[in-house]
Order: sequence, then C-alpha cells, then structure tokens
Amino acid sequence: MFFKKYLKSFKISCFFSQICYNVKDNLIMREYYEFERKQTMKKKHLLSGVMALLLSVALCACGGDKGTEVTSAEETKSEAAAEESSGEESSNTLSAGTPVPGGSVIFGMTQDLASLDPHVETDAGTRDVVFNLYEGLVKPTSTGDLVPAVASDYEVSDDAKVYTFTLRDGITFHDGTPVTIEDVKYSIDRYAEIQGESSAFSIVADASIKDEKTIEVTLNESYSEFLPMMTLAIIPESNEDPVGSPIGTGPFKFVSYTPGQNIVLEKYDGYWQEGVPSLDKVEFKFIADVDTAYMELQAGSIDILKYLTTAQAETIGEDYNIVEGSMNLVHGMYLNSGEGPLSETKVRQALCYGVDRDAINNFLFGGKSHIIGTHMIPNMSKYYEEKAETVYSYDPEKAKALLEEAGYPDGFDLVITVPSSYSQHVDTAQIIADQLSQIGVRTTLNQVDWSTWLEDVYKGGNFQATVIGFDGTMVPSDLIKKYTTGDSKNFMHYSNEEYDKVFAEAFATIDDAKKVELYKQCQMILAEDAAAVFIEDPANLVAVRKNLAGYTFYPTAAEDMAALYQVAE
Amino acid sequence: MKFVIKKLITLIITLLLISFLSFTAFSVIPGDAALSRLGKDATEEQLEALRDKLGLDDPLPERYGNWLSGAVRGDFGESYRYEGITVSSLLADRLPVTVLLAVTSLIMILIISIPLGILSARFSGKWIDTVTNQLTQIIMAVPPFFLGMILTYVFGLVLHFFQPGKFVLPTENLRESVRYLLYPALAVALPKIAMVIKFLRNSVISEMKQDYVRTAFSKGNTDNAVLYVHVLKNALIPVITFLAMVAAEILAGSIVVEQVFSVPGLGRLLISSITSRDYPVVQAIVLYVTAVVVIMNFVVDILYQVLDPRVKTV
Repeated sequence: MFFKKYLKSFKISCFFSQICYNVKDNLIMREYYEFERKQTMKKKHLLSGVMALLLSVALCACGGDKGTEVTSAEETKSEAAAEESSGEESSNTLSAGTPVPGGSVIFGMTQDLASLDPHVETDAGTRDVVFNLYEGLVKPTSTGDLVPAVASDYEVSDDAKVYTFTLRDGITFHDGTPVTIEDVKYSIDRYAEIQGESSAFSIVADASIKDEKTIEVTLNESYSEFLPMMTLAIIPESNEDPVGSPIGTGPFKFVSYTPGQNIVLEKYDGYWQEGVPSLDKVEFKFIADVDTAYMELQAGSIDILKYLTTAQAETIGEDYNIVEGSMNLVHGMYLNSGEGPLSETKVRQALCYGVDRDAINNFLFGGKSHIIGTHMIPNMSKYYEEKAETVYSYDPEKAKALLEEAGYPDGFDLVITVPSSYSQHVDTAQIIADQLSQIGVRTTLNQVDWSTWLEDVYKGGNFQATVIGFDGTMVPSDLIKKYTTGDSKNFMHYSNEEYDKVFAEAFATIDDAKKVELYKQCQMILAEDAAAVFIEDPANLVAVRKNLAGYTFYPTAAEDMAALYQVAE
Repeated sequence: MKFVIKKLITLIITLLLISFLSFTAFSVIPGDAALSRLGKDATEEQLEALRDKLGLDDPLPERYGNWLSGAVRGDFGESYRYEGITVSSLLADRLPVTVLLAVTSLIMILIISIPLGILSARFSGKWIDTVTNQLTQIIMAVPPFFLGMILTYVFGLVLHFFQPGKFVLPTENLRESVRYLLYPALAVALPKIAMVIKFLRNSVISEMKQDYVRTAFSKGNTDNAVLYVHVLKNALIPVITFLAMVAAEILAGSIVVEQVFSVPGLGRLLISSITSRDYPVVQAIVLYVTAVVVIMNFVVDILYQVLDPRVKTV
C-alpha cells in the first residue's frame, strides 16, 4: 500500500525533473521570442516610447531625490565605460592602480587539461595553460606578431626554405640547467616524431646544429608561413618524464597537477625577462560546469573567469572588472555539401540569407561579437577579408526565391547536429532553426555529446549541418586548408575547383603581399560559394577581480599569467 | 555461515554481469577515447598510435578478458584520459570524499526524518502533520541539482555560511571538509528525508490499525507507550529496507550534487570519465557502486532477521 504511495510521489518527482530539463531548453527560445518582440516593439512604437519617456521624466521630477540618484549612478557608469574604452585603446588591457609585486591568482577553467606533454596535439584550453610553462624559439605576442624567446634572433633565407635560429645567452630551464642547442634539436625532432608524417610539420626536412649557439632548420620546399610552427616548446633532453614533471623555460614553473581539480604553477625566478612575472603563484582550477563556475566567481573562490554571458557580466557586481575581447573563433553553421540539397550552392546561399546573424549576436552576446562572412578570425587583421562580411544580409524573401530556383519551393528537412555540452552552440542552433522555419526549411536539432560529435560529425563526416566554432593557430592556411578537396579535415565534403587552385597558389607563394592577396581571394570564394553559414567571432567577456590588472587577450590560445599583476585596492 | 557464502557468490556473479554489461555498453555507444583525448586537431597517426597503446582496436572479448584478469588482481589499469595515472590512484583520491558525503547525508536523513515521521503519524490530521505533508510533497518534486543550486545561492552567496568552491580535502582538514560537505549533503538528503518521513508516517499509521494495538490499548497503555513500545518496533521494519535503498540511492544523488558544489568526489569523476570515454575509470566506479548496492541489500537481509525473528534464512 505505501509502496503505491511512494511510487506515486516518485513519479511526480520524475515528472517534475523532466519538466525542469525541458524548461531549460525551452527557456532560451522563450527568452529569444521575448527579445525579438521587444526589438520589433521598439521600432513600431517609437511614439509610445517617447510618451513613456515623457511620463517617466514627469515621474522622476515628482520623485525628487530618487531622480537625482538615478542620474548620478548613470554618470558613474558612463565614466567607468569611458575608462574602459580608453584602456582598450592603449593596449587592449586594463591598467589601473599601482602594481604590487607578488600575489596569486586562481583562474577558473571549465575543462581539464588534455596532456601536459607540449608536443602532443591538444585543445585550446590546454594550450591556454601551458603557454605559461613552455616557450618555443619564438613566441606569439598579444598583437599577433612573433618575437624571439628561447632564440635571441632568427634569420629566414630569401627562398623561405632555411630558417636559422640563434640561442639566447644565459637562458635556463626551470630546474636551473642552461638550455643547450642539443635540447633545441631534441625538441624539434621529438615534435616531428610525435606529429607524424601526415602533419603540417612534416615539411621540415632537417634540423642541424651549426655551432653551440646556432641551429638551422631546412624545409622540403619554400614555405613562408613556417615561423609560427617554431613556437613548439623547447624542453630538456635530460627530463625522462615530460608528462609527470614538466620542465620548460616559461615564466612559471610546474608545482602540481591533480586531474579534474587543478594545476598549480609558481613564479620561475630565473626567467630570462627581467621583472617578469609579477605574480608568485598561479592556479588553474577546473570546474565541472559553467553555472557552478559562475557561482564560485561570485563567492570569490576564483579570480578570473572567461566566457561570461552578457547577463552574468551585468550582474557580477563591483568586485570584478569586465574585460572585453573576442574568443578568436570562427563560429558558424557548417554544412555537409557532399550530398542532398546542401550540395547545391543556391541552397547554401539561401541558408546564408535566411539566418539573421545580427539577431544571434544581439541576443547571445549583447551585440558585442564581430560579425564575419568567411572563415578567418578578424584579429588576424593582416589576412582578414572584411568585404566578406557584407556578402549576405538577412533577407528571407531572397532566401525563398533562391530555394525555389534550386528546385525546393517547399523547402526541405534539415537536421542540425550540435554538441550538447556547449550551450553557446545549442542556443545558436535553436535560434537558427527558428529563423530557417520562416523560409520553409524544416529544421530539427540533434544534440549529441562531445565524444559522439567528434567521432560522428568531425571524423565521420556523417551529418547535415552542425553549429561549432573553429579556433586557429597564427597560420592562416591552418584555418582554411580544410576547404580543399579531399583534405583530411574536410569533414564538410566541400569541393570547389577554383578554391583548390587559388589556395594551392597562395600556399606556395613567398611574396608576402601577394600571399595576403590570394588568401583574401580564397576567403571571398568561401563566402560567395556559401561554403558554410559564417556567423561571428563571439565576444569574450572576462571577469577579473579588482585587485588584478594586466589581463591580456591573444589572437591565439594563450592565457598569459605573466602579464597579470596585483594592484593596490 | 552458509547464508554469508551464498550472498558472497551472488555478489560476485552480480559484479561479473554488471562489469560485462557496462563493458559491452561502452563499446556500442559512439565516441572514441583516443579522439576525446587528442581533440579534433590530431592527425591519423597520432590517433592510431594512441589506440594501439591503449589497445582500443583489440576485439571486445580480448579487451574484456585483459581487463578482468587485471581487475581480479585489484589492478584496474591506467586511465585513458590521464596519461600515466592509474585508475586506483584516481579513485583513492576521491573515494574518501564521496564516502564522507554519503555518511553525512545518511546521518542527516536518520536524525531528521525518523523523529518527524513519528511526529507526523502521532499527530496525524493535525497541523503539524499537514505542514510536513505539504513540505515533503514539495521537496520530493524538486530535482537534486536544482536544490543544490538553491542551497549554494542561499547559504553560500547570501548568508555566507560557506564559500562555494573552497572545498578542503578530508585528508587535509577533516573538520573544514565536513563543514563544507554539510550543504551538499543536505541537497542529497532533503528529497530522501521527505520520502522517509512519508514512508514512516504511513507505516506507523497502518500498524496502528492492527489488532495487537487494540489489545495494547485495552491493557491500559497510554498513547505514547503503545507507539514507542509496540508500534514503532513493527513499523520500522519496512522503513529499514527502505533506508537501505535510500543509502544506495544517495550515491546516485551525490553524482549530480558533487557537480553543482564542485566537490571532487566519485560522482564528478564518473561524469567526466563518461564524457571523455575513459572506460577503465567508468568500469571501476560502476563496479564500486554495484558492490555498495549489493552489500547494502545483504546488510538489510541480516538486519531484517535481527529485527523480525519470524523471518528465517531461506
């Protein structure tokens, strides 16, 4: 008898939790509709808006004290905004208060490290962290240039085939031993071996020691984009356990790593750059999910958290500065152009016209993202083709017309496969689905977990459309090589003869100006042929505790903790 | 003695079955451990090398055999996800945390639900019963992760009773550790408390209708005497079975709650291992949970006999 009752309440509880899960999914759409409604209301009821404004002014006047309070608060707000923008102008970082040496930081990460071995291919999250531990012969700067690090100087032959590096004097590893030219050769050889024959690094024919300060890297063919590859970590040959007890030359040295919990680093006193780093201790803390991470931020258990939503950034309060940058991702809906309706350019173009990129940007990122039109990160300004941004505009009528021309007057069925663990992708896909339904494309969402996505979609190429963001290294060809016919990373089955030709030419060109020109041409082809529905480079809102300053954005995966310093509050 | 041996054999068979099932299940679902570890930029050679090293390409029976022969010797192998770290050491770090969490919430359940359950049966129909009834109904309907978020918000961010995320390992400072765990334990315990209260109340009320209760009253016993001396003893028997089920369920509840409170326990490890297709770790945790459930049932069987001599060993 009581079992029955228990069963009943159990059923109720199951029912409710089910609702909760559903609500979480539906909520975003409801918010979106609400948002859209408000937007249209804004346009339609300008007049009533003015009326409301007048009314509120009148009310404020009646309120007396309250009214002045509101204005003063707004003033300080705009003052703060002005301060922030001036900071951005100077160096893209926050600079306030007097630096105080020492101190520590706890950086919240929502994913664990893939491996501490710097030569194994890893994800952006891991590269963010190990940037502080290891350095290559050259290293990236926040402006996207390369500066000598373990090398003190380098020289490139005119045909871009021979790269000569001079070892920096007096540079040491974290264990205090000096870096030798043999260590450099060992690192290059080890990297080449781990990367394997099919990797881009196989272009290296030989790394030979000229004298105890000089190493010469010879390539199989001329390749002027090679230098960024030499950011590969230089590690000591004598270290028998590079994974368990990593040793590098970076500003911070390894203290401990607890899987699933944290990695702790401390200041390396023998770092070759004087006065760097400023902080004594850095902890990267791994937190299971984003909501929990935000709660820990509010509670003060972590000092820095990336990828805040606009709502979170607004409510975080006075203890934190919000620094704005970009995620350096090419975020978009990628299409399998190998089969079905999507193999037709007109259909893909229709999708491009049918997706309102501004609406996505406004809703998910408060309009702070950079709208893109092709596969390139805007921060790689040298190569980035701005013209691609305006190839498509939101035009449902044109989209319908294109679909009709392509022979799909009644639209077609589209399944968007998205990795469920990334709310940003899921939310975007939901908005897209709603927008596409207006041009007659019946869209359903298929949420899969990350491992399944990797195997089915990315490796298997078994999908119709997917929403994802691609990061990149500082090499432009890395980003767009995947569109060449038959490339191992061409999971979209994209094939375009003209593109293949121009890309091959760009890849082989040594002359810088011509190379840039050709890469821009590649990007325009991708845009005009609608290789994918490119949306934006999402805004990255980073909360940094008030007692820290110097947070710096890089155009590549790097969280530079050496740039951070403590300030007097 | 025979009883114990029989139960032990059941345990082993269950473990074997479960381990085989979860092993097969994981080879059926999509997802590749090597791919999860190396990410989307890995080359085919790197993937091949890692698959080879982990033995992922071996046929299923062979892999299961290898795993089983290790597991029997207490060697669960190396994690797929974390290079060079054994499964045993991963579990050893987290087991104490989860056990502590489970024990804390079990104690909470016992000290809150039993008095409240009796009270609400004793005054059934009165205001105290109505209030607990409504409260339990509401609490039961709230999923643990949501409850966890509410608790974090109220106790962590508003009242500052604890600092979310500042968990201290029990090996470092047991007192601080328990202090932090009180809140996740509450999140795990609350729905169970509600269930036990309801269960106990109904159990007591239905016992009250038995003939022996009338006899006890007719002998001149007071309300309290009948309740505590006669009824409770009988009413608690089904509750104990239920409590054992709850104890096993606590493990399931703590998986989600650990995630919300950032407690580095088995539950969090289980979730991350499933996401990264780290089968050796998943296998070990599944085995552990199964063992706990089976052993719990075993303990209940024994308790049952102690409490109710009519139940004979079958």
